[in-house]
Amino acid sequence: MSDIVLKTENLTKRYGGVHALEGANFELRKGEHVAIMGDNGAGKSTFVRQITAVEQRTSGQVWFDGKEVNFAGPIEAREAGIETVFQNLALADDLDVPSNLFLGREKVLFNLGPFSILDRKYMRKATEAALVRTAVKIPNLSNTIRHMSGGQRQCVAIARTATFASKLIIMDEPTAALGVQETAQVENIIRTLKDNGEPLILISHNMRQVFDLCDRIVVFRRGRIVANLRKENTDGQDIVSYITGAKTGEAELAA
Amino acid sequence: MAQTSHGVGGVGYDARKRTWPAEFNVFLALVILVVIFELIGRVFLGDSFLFNTRADVAGIFNEARLQIIILQVSIVGIIAIGVTQVIITGGIDLSSGSIVGATAMIAMSFAQVATVNGNPNPKAMFLAQGWTDLPVIVPVLVAIGCGLLAGLVNGALIAYTRIPPFIATLGMMVTARGIAKWWSKGQPISFPTDSFAAIGKGLMPVIIFLSLAVLFQLIMTYTRYGKHCYAIGSNEDAARMSGIKIANHKILVYVIAGILAALAAVVLSSKNLTAQAGMGVMYELDAIAMAVIGGVSLSGGRGSIIGTVIGALIFGVIISGFTFLRLDAYYQEMVKGVIIVGAVVLDQWRQRMRALRA
Repeated sequence: MSDIVLKTENLTKRYGGVHALEGANFELRKGEHVAIMGDNGAGKSTFVRQITAVEQRTSGQVWFDGKEVNFAGPIEAREAGIETVFQNLALADDLDVPSNLFLGREKVLFNLGPFSILDRKYMRKATEAALVRTAVKIPNLSNTIRHMSGGQRQCVAIARTATFASKLIIMDEPTAALGVQETAQVENIIRTLKDNGEPLILISHNMRQVFDLCDRIVVFRRGRIVANLRKENTDGQDIVSYITGAKTGEAELAA
Repeated sequence: MAQTSHGVGGVGYDARKRTWPAEFNVFLALVILVVIFELIGRVFLGDSFLFNTRADVAGIFNEARLQIIILQVSIVGIIAIGVTQVIITGGIDLSSGSIVGATAMIAMSFAQVATVNGNPNPKAMFLAQGWTDLPVIVPVLVAIGCGLLAGLVNGALIAYTRIPPFIATLGMMVTARGIAKWWSKGQPISFPTDSFAAIGKGLMPVIIFLSLAVLFQLIMTYTRYGKHCYAIGSNEDAARMSGIKIANHKILVYVIAGILAALAAVVLSSKNLTAQAGMGVMYELDAIAMAVIGGVSLSGGRGSIIGTVIGALIFGVIISGFTFLRLDAYYQEMVKGVIIVGAVVLDQWRQRMRALRA
């Protein structure tokens, strides 16, 4: 059991009378890349928001890294090792790449409270190392995010999650707004993460991408997990029928 | 080809093609402005704007003019340093001019002498309490306290009630002006101690302005505070998600702006040897204009103290230049207005050009 990174039991979220998420049981093992699929409003993002504590769950339990956790907010979740690449990129447009990677957790030379002197050399070096590790290509680290392409921005956002020895990376449709080449670039980074053995939850609508990058596919429909399939045991047709509801009932993993 | 591998991940990047800093454009504008005044002076007046033309005075440059150019913008410049930080975080501070008025009144009343020409000081506020001839540190600390308090109220209103900075500081602008008038029931407060009067004497305002500018330029570039100012100004949600304590930071920014306005009040009242309730009217707008001319973006996230200092110098050159050309002060204000709008238009255009190239 020790190789389970994340586990949820009966995770439920209601907004008033709306059951956005109902009794989600989910497991993620070390080094595993799991895709979450489902129609719009199926509960994918809601599920992620409960794990990262952007919202507080109505009921259910979450275990992370062997312990039961109750994060008060996204910052606590991040400190515990859950890094999220948000759909709307959480980058500061007017800062350069190292500043963005270390935003809110700057490395300092002397601690003088808010006027702590930043260790810019260290942050620049660490940024270069992180970009090399994730195979991200950025021509100029000193350039501000504003002057970068969508793909480069997404790469910076992903590299940020990988910089800090994170235990779990969650990506919410990382390639939704990207072109073909940029998508390929982001997918390469995800493969690098896989090679490094970093576990990942990927929310995506892109069937090819999911089959390319993930070991397992979890399908959400109307707030419930309706399928949990290894990619060897399924195909696109099968997944689509779960997404649309043509096939029902919880399909368990054929071990 | 040899030097094109500065990029990460094997991407070619030519470091020589780096775009120059935004401050360079502002500096260029300053130089062009000086050259224009110099040319007009030479052609129409037969006199030089910048250079020394008097045989009986040593030196290459007209030092008196250079001093005046910077001296006359030093006090508003001190305010502009704080306003720049506020604007970089995406806010605005309309209250600085009124804080100058209120602080000047309150601080001056703790800086008065007991006797003038052997008679009791007719303007002394606290003569009965014996609070006269106090050491200079007292009025300065009182001033800093006033600025801190005003900034704290501004910052707390903005951070906790989430009202727009425009409204919060507009409220402070009106209130602080009221306090300035109420403090001595509209009477000016005069006769400061010699040590207080020394703060604003001669070129002291320039020295104070430039020291503060250097200090805050370093803070904005090298400290966590500065980094977070830019982060909040460019994407407040991202900054919040990154764990930056937005409320605390905003309060600190407005407190710093308040204290800088208070210091400007000390220098101003010391220089004038008197404090009046009407002091500092419109200073907030001049300070904002200096920042904007200096390349500080009103939408936040962009700009620097250096830029604002150059913006202040542009102000100084315009005022001195018009005096030099013996033109009416009315024209100064008209041209100032045109330059403010022109600076923003140019900046927008430059941003669009950069975005297109990227």
